[in-house]
Amino acid sequence: MDLYQELILEHSKRPVNAGLRDPFDAEVHHVNPTCGDEVTLRVHVSGTGGDAVVDDISYDAMGCSISVASASILAEEVTGGSVAHARETVEAMRSMLTSKGEDPGDEEQIGDGVALSGVARYPARVKCALLSWMAFTDALHQAEGAQA
Amino acid sequence: MSAAPFSDEELTRLRADFPILARTVRGGHPLVYLDSGATSHKPRQVLDAERGFYERTNAAVHRGAHQLSEEGTDAYESARDTIARFVGARADEVVFTRNATEAINLVAYAFTNGTHGGGGGHGDRFTLGPGDEVLVTEMEHHANLIPWQEACRRTGATLRWVPVTPDGRLDLTDLDTLLTERTKVFAFTHVSNVLGTLNPVRALTERAHAVGALVVLDACQSVPHLPVDVDDLGVDFLAFSGHKMFGPLGIGVLWARPALLDEMPVFLTGGSMIETVTMEGSTYAPAPQKFEAGVPVAAQAVGLAAACDYVSALGLDRVHAHEQALTRRLLEGLAQRPWVRVLGPDDLRERGGAVAFVVDGVHAHDVGQVLDDSGVAVRVGHHCAWPLHRALKAQASTRASFAAYSTPAEVDALLAALDRVPAMFGLEVAV
Repeated sequence: MDLYQELILEHSKRPVNAGLRDPFDAEVHHVNPTCGDEVTLRVHVSGTGGDAVVDDISYDAMGCSISVASASILAEEVTGGSVAHARETVEAMRSMLTSKGEDPGDEEQIGDGVALSGVARYPARVKCALLSWMAFTDALHQAEGAQA
Repeated sequence: MSAAPFSDEELTRLRADFPILARTVRGGHPLVYLDSGATSHKPRQVLDAERGFYERTNAAVHRGAHQLSEEGTDAYESARDTIARFVGARADEVVFTRNATEAINLVAYAFTNGTHGGGGGHGDRFTLGPGDEVLVTEMEHHANLIPWQEACRRTGATLRWVPVTPDGRLDLTDLDTLLTERTKVFAFTHVSNVLGTLNPVRALTERAHAVGALVVLDACQSVPHLPVDVDDLGVDFLAFSGHKMFGPLGIGVLWARPALLDEMPVFLTGGSMIETVTMEGSTYAPAPQKFEAGVPVAAQAVGLAAACDYVSALGLDRVHAHEQALTRRLLEGLAQRPWVRVLGPDDLRERGGAVAFVVDGVHAHDVGQVLDDSGVAVRVGHHCAWPLHRALKAQASTRASFAAYSTPAEVDALLAALDRVPAMFGLEVAV
């Protein structure tokens, strides 16, 4: 089954940077009501405007292998980079996951995220894979609101 | 002698009535459908009845005086009679809704409307206010929980609930402090949609009636699977859905005692349900019509009546015996797999045909995906019973549920597909 690539199982068993940490600028809690997956996610951002950087993403993800792996990939690909890069990465992930298999994913942009490309062919699982990315978008928005 | 499960020959014949069971899924696997608790498939007899209504008698029933309208009305009302008799009731005690959820909401909103003096009811039975209590259980499907949460919120009444034991039964230890003179409604399920737990309806109803509470029974998971007789159960309201018992989507049934239907305020209002209408106000038709606003679900009722006839011909005692045999086979198979934790009672006499389980270390969504890859369709998640899962300390579960057409070979296919799970997710299991 192409859904469960080794990389996905690896991320789900040993999620990168898992756990909730201080300091943080915003914390959000998102759930997937169809299956009860939950993620609590914190973002710490430094700098403003074009210089803003995602210093830390910390999270507590409870759910299926797809949702936990996806949170891990988010932390791996986005932490330490610019906020602008983070937004592009979220958009690239969203595009791939909602493409019904048309968009294979850009490895330059999303790194290990391409391992989740198989999810796009299972509509019931797209929400699992998107959960932490939507939570991150929400948290980023709140962090920027707090700064302004 | 107790009823026997269906033989292989009977099953082959029976399954031929259900066109969808012949299809393949996920790259050519035969469909192994173990999700009948969510919705059952439909036999040709039901599809033909519904199609027949549209092809020959389609009309907006209870309106107009042309021949089609007469015949459509006759088909609709005779369907009501068949469906009522299926649960031991009379036709005028049965209200058609869009689904069982709407049937329960109808009762919950009757209390709200009665509290505010609306809806054309009479008497004070359908009122709720501060100091009154509604009792539910922690085992309920959201459809028999949220309508009561909302009714309490609107009226100031207090919601209380019977907890569940770790093995998935109702914990009746403190029932006397939960079910008191303050309790106006006790709403609970006949059979748990997750665990298959069969609740002691008669005993609970006697306790409720002793304190003057009305009993609302969610019978969605019992009416399709075992003989149900409203008088025998003694409850006041009983709700079930058509699509879980080989009937069409889009129809639910509320049965209630005639005196209660008469007193009960209406929920949805509009055409069909009136007696007289002026610009200042309106009066309403007698039950059941006053609860059926809008053009009735006639084709669905005709389809559901055909489903009742179909199940009656099979014999509910045999359907029950068949599903019990399948449940036993599955429980025995799962017991041989120590990495699987079955939720719910282990005594077969206290269960219906649903088995929920957890593979510790692997989320139900992942278990379900592996099963689906082998063509085995089960339900994964919290099955619209999130509080129950919390109580059982399970984030989610995998549920297999049966119908008359389910086979022992399908149970074996589920077990075989399940055996792919540990290796795929790197579980260390002793085999």
